[in-house]
Amino acid sequence: MKTKKSYLSRTVSEIKPSGIRRFFDLASGMEGVISLGVGEPDFITPWSVREAAILSLEEGYTSYTANAGLLELRQEIASYLSKAFKLHYSPESEIIVTVGASQAIDIALRSVVDQGDEVIVVEPCFVSYSPLVSLAGGTPVPVQAPKERGFKITSDILEEAVTDRTKAIMICSPNNPTGTLLEKEDLQAIAEIAERYDLLVISDEIYAELSYDSGYTSMAAIDGMRERTILISGFSKGFAMTGWRLGYVCAPKEISGAMLKIHQYAMMCAPTMAQHAALEALKNGANEVEEMRKSYRRRRNYMVSSFNELGLSCHSPGGAFYVFPSIESTGLSSEQFAEKLLLEEKVAVVPGNVFGESGEGFIRCSYATSIEQLQEAVRRIGSFLEKIKS
Amino acid sequence: MKLTEKEIEIIEILEKNSRTSNDDLAAMIGLPINETEEVLRKLEELKIIVRYTSVVDWSKIQGHEGVTAMIDVKVTPKRGVGFDDIAKRIYRFKEVKSVYLMSGAYDLSVIIEGGSMNEVARFVSDKLSTLDSVISTTTHFILKKYKHDGTIFEPEEEDKRIVVSP
Repeated sequence: MKTKKSYLSRTVSEIKPSGIRRFFDLASGMEGVISLGVGEPDFITPWSVREAAILSLEEGYTSYTANAGLLELRQEIASYLSKAFKLHYSPESEIIVTVGASQAIDIALRSVVDQGDEVIVVEPCFVSYSPLVSLAGGTPVPVQAPKERGFKITSDILEEAVTDRTKAIMICSPNNPTGTLLEKEDLQAIAEIAERYDLLVISDEIYAELSYDSGYTSMAAIDGMRERTILISGFSKGFAMTGWRLGYVCAPKEISGAMLKIHQYAMMCAPTMAQHAALEALKNGANEVEEMRKSYRRRRNYMVSSFNELGLSCHSPGGAFYVFPSIESTGLSSEQFAEKLLLEEKVAVVPGNVFGESGEGFIRCSYATSIEQLQEAVRRIGSFLEKIKS
Repeated sequence: MKLTEKEIEIIEILEKNSRTSNDDLAAMIGLPINETEEVLRKLEELKIIVRYTSVVDWSKIQGHEGVTAMIDVKVTPKRGVGFDDIAKRIYRFKEVKSVYLMSGAYDLSVIIEGGSMNEVARFVSDKLSTLDSVISTTTHFILKKYKHDGTIFEPEEEDKRIVVSP
């Protein structure tokens, strides 16, 4: 008999499990935990949206839709993007409805990355980017957004990472985990490098609706960038629809055609009832989205001011629902801080280093939790800081 | 009266929770504490914030369950004062919690709270329907309050999210 070999592909074996997993396991078994570790809204999907999905089931909309998604939904997405962000995409040939923004990132990468191509991944970032680059056969090249600049990447840092194999730059604004919002000038700096070296930008804009201080500028709205941007977005965050798994991706016709090829073979189409729900969200959801945005903004302000008062320096992030305070003054590493805080005060946060090297020294605190819970969390973190000082 | 966005936000926060401390209020809207207190004083003086109050579920307190009735009242308006005169005569009774002038099949909607159905019935027959301008009354007793002033009385739905997620 032959010795048993591993059946797993080398690519998968080499992918590291997410560092978030450990904290999930630690926190899951505990009673009375206040979690600031949640990467999704605390709001339940607006009732009118849930009701529209129920109605679609009652009416028997239970079959496949077109591969790219219901045409009516793509039309609504097109008109929403045009009104909200001055973006113009053809619903017939440039928009694909996907299973969450996650699948959108996957098909975007797989449609443009060849074996050995490099994709620059700006960190700290969502944990899936680099693994998905690897799974697409590419090589992720992490670059670190400097903390001194509020985690905004510079053109110099990007340029240093460019090689002849570089195909694309992956960015996310507003950012998970830092909350950093890239303003027009910041995007222009990235665009400049993309144009100079003929690169694509894969722009994850899933938190676009949750921008608090000024309006939101999309990478695709920067002069000359529409043709080299793959825009990733969806309904999970702004519309509080994470569990529906519904996102979309917009790109020029040629790239969209390639993505659609992968999508039709690998996924067929996004879930039909979720598409009906999304239609209602776009048609009548604006007021609820605005209510949620205002509520997040209040909580952001509260958290930023509370952390700074506690002596953990914290910049005021322009979007998403995370604050990213520095814990360097405590002398602990991110992991140590998060673990001790959880065990001693039962507050769950995510250590910043799981999102990339430059996240070390920071913790991600989600404020997608009621203000009462946030107040209690701040109180507990305060007493934790007192304890470790003495 | 036009208010700034931050002033409106203060009102919205207090309307949901009037016990929000001034410190938290200031932090949430991003104003210094003294300016926040200044705005509060102004809103109170202008009677935009009329009163700080609580939503109470009396039905939970034994012996204090009480009854609430909504009464549709038809009246004859008076020359010169329209409905205001009769509305005033009605809202001055302390049993009366709200009085609204309505469009449609009747004129005034009157909400009354009392200790028992008898108490409310007595008020309607003795005080309300005997008023000169009142033509007729229709009394509806509230059987159960599901949602009151934007607040759902059933316990909040629990958080169904997983504790830590990317």
